[in-house]
Amino acid sequence: MAEALDAGAPSFRDRFPDEAAVVRAALLSSFIALTLGAVFGIIQGLHRTNVLRVLDSQFYYTILTAHGVLMVVSFTIFFLVGLFTWATVRSLERPLEDIRYTWAWYGLMVVGTLMAVVAILGGFVPSVDISADVLFTFYAPLQAHPLFYGGLAIFVIGTWLAGADWFWSWYNWKQAHPDERIPLQAFMVLTTMLMWYIATIGIAIAVVGFLLPWSLGLIEQVNPLLTRTLFWFWGHPVVYFWLMPAYLLWYTVLPSLAGGRLFSDPLARVVFVLFLLLSTPVGIHHQYVDPGIAEGFKMIAMTNTMFLLLPSLLTAFTVVASMEHGARQRGGTGLFGWLRALPWRDPAFTGMTLAGLMFAAGGFSGMINAGMNINYLIHNTLWVPGHFHLTVGTAVALTFMAATYWLWPRLTNRQLYSRPIALGQVVLWFVGMALMSNAMHVMGLFGVPRRTAEPQYQGFDFVASFGSITELRIQLALGATLLFVSTLLFAANIALSSWTPTVSGHGHRLPDPLSGPGDSPVVLDNLKLWFGIGMVLVVLAYTLPLASIVQDSGLFGRGIDAYPAMIETPVLLEGSPLSLAEPLASKVSAMLSGVIS
Amino acid sequence: MDIHSYEKIWLVLAVLLIAGFVSTVTYGATAVGVQMIDDDGGTIDANALDEDPRFGNPRVEQVGENHYAAYVVAQQFIFRPDPITVPANSTVTFYVTSPDVIHGFEVVGTNANTMVVPGQVSKLTVTVEEPREYGILCNEYCGNGHHTMEGKLIVQPEDEYAQGGSTDG
Repeated sequence: MAEALDAGAPSFRDRFPDEAAVVRAALLSSFIALTLGAVFGIIQGLHRTNVLRVLDSQFYYTILTAHGVLMVVSFTIFFLVGLFTWATVRSLERPLEDIRYTWAWYGLMVVGTLMAVVAILGGFVPSVDISADVLFTFYAPLQAHPLFYGGLAIFVIGTWLAGADWFWSWYNWKQAHPDERIPLQAFMVLTTMLMWYIATIGIAIAVVGFLLPWSLGLIEQVNPLLTRTLFWFWGHPVVYFWLMPAYLLWYTVLPSLAGGRLFSDPLARVVFVLFLLLSTPVGIHHQYVDPGIAEGFKMIAMTNTMFLLLPSLLTAFTVVASMEHGARQRGGTGLFGWLRALPWRDPAFTGMTLAGLMFAAGGFSGMINAGMNINYLIHNTLWVPGHFHLTVGTAVALTFMAATYWLWPRLTNRQLYSRPIALGQVVLWFVGMALMSNAMHVMGLFGVPRRTAEPQYQGFDFVASFGSITELRIQLALGATLLFVSTLLFAANIALSSWTPTVSGHGHRLPDPLSGPGDSPVVLDNLKLWFGIGMVLVVLAYTLPLASIVQDSGLFGRGIDAYPAMIETPVLLEGSPLSLAEPLASKVSAMLSGVIS
Repeated sequence: MDIHSYEKIWLVLAVLLIAGFVSTVTYGATAVGVQMIDDDGGTIDANALDEDPRFGNPRVEQVGENHYAAYVVAQQFIFRPDPITVPANSTVTFYVTSPDVIHGFEVVGTNANTMVVPGQVSKLTVTVEEPREYGILCNEYCGNGHHTMEGKLIVQPEDEYAQGGSTDG
């Protein structure tokens, strides 16, 4: 085992104790979000399948908002900043420039998250005027409390400052190493952050330019199509922001766990450059069935989306090739016999590999989503969450959990509490997700909608062309239960690892790739060039659609009033929505001025 | 740059696969004529639907020999008209808009599916064949009564439809 070979080497914690503390804090924040998100997840999974309904259906959407925001914003991005800090520091082999600055951006992210979570949880308390029942997508004119938008803005600013921290480190590293190639992990961190800077332009304009002032009553109306389009400007690249840390782990850690080395450093760089270029000019593929956007713009987004398959297909090759190399180094032989030589008892290896396998399945359902005309059948059905529980919910989440089993001892100098439980946990996740995601995909094909508390209707029944809807509901609920148990096992294993004896020598040198950076053209490391091309592609893809939306329906829309998603609002609105919106706006500003003064 | 020959083959196959996907969608959109929702429906003042000649009175009306227009309002938490009744073996163009928040309009079990955005009119044309009933549901979260938002599309035999006339909302 690679770990045994390197026993005695100083761990990350030994070499960079201050940085290890930040990484631990970020990962713990991530795991808290994951555990809370899982609690909301199981409530939903049992509620919508009518297995167990503990709350009234009107609260379902509060739970759904909390599940979405905690999982795809807090869990994923806190993990990312922890992992990227680790990757930057270890690959550049230098401490961060100023650890107080690092704690400052981490603090901002925590404050932003708490603000958003308070706003969301306010939805459970009807006597409080705070709520944010707007789901993760917060489409206007559904309106959330300003704390929600403000929290989101502060969180994103925290991530910008985190990126600046890593660029700062790299800049100073470069002064000391003028002729060296950027180390691979640092390269991955920097290209991902450049992608993030481009992507967050959309959300920054939507939130700071429109939604926050609107929720404060400073502007009366917003154009729902415009804010929605700006949301998806960010909403698609954010999925690569979740995925790139998993890719970083698959490229730089997984081959070593398999006992081998990365197949090709140059191809890894090409893949990250492709993601930087193509992640953003595709967001309109989430709007294939939106009115007000010309078909031509949708075709452009569709074409770009299909080309985004390329870096993922290249990754599939490289990762599998690296694993095969590792297996053969370990004595594996035969066309497929080498698979037996892989370290299947290692939870980190098995978890990441199962995550990658499920990502392939998620890729196939994603190709259906991307196919503009087939998408009509499954748009906004349960198929879609079925898809992204394979991608972000497994490729990303399971990779993060599995990698934690490897990384955590290096950050704490403590053994993992139990490797057998860890192995069981990753397998349980795989099985649970196979059931839940399969049921979701199939129900989606029969037209069962996503984001719906009780998908049972008075006037019609869903017709299953095979199996039965009841059986699929049970499958979904069973899968959700296994996933919930799996999450608890993960959280407990990490928590119990706080009391295991300390062990020195957890260091683990990641071996160099078979084909090193020297084989790749230097231009790959020209970050300014790729950032420039990325910006040009975004301008090309978005200028005309955004201009035409503003031209057709105005910067602030026409005659569209806020719908305050407040729990005490009567289910069927009496009177015009305007009469509800105005008191809310005044209450909110009164409350905020109270908070500020 | 040194690329392994297996990796080159894989790269070529990946690009071919992508080109294949793009071509099938393009073929569907151009040669087969699978119609996409786009900006054809135009924009509308969401607060003044009552004064609009189409949406003031949501209804189905005949607009061509075998072509019907259905003007549909999706609002918290109903569809109007309900049911939407059309004759069998006809072409139906739905115009759907919203006076409040974003909704979805999905004819269950079919590919008739569009977002409904206040301020915009979604236009989609479908062909209906033999008589039967379809459920319609809202597939975008639209408020705390979202799960109750449903409607019905009734495809009537042609002779029955001719006797009953179009359904007003």
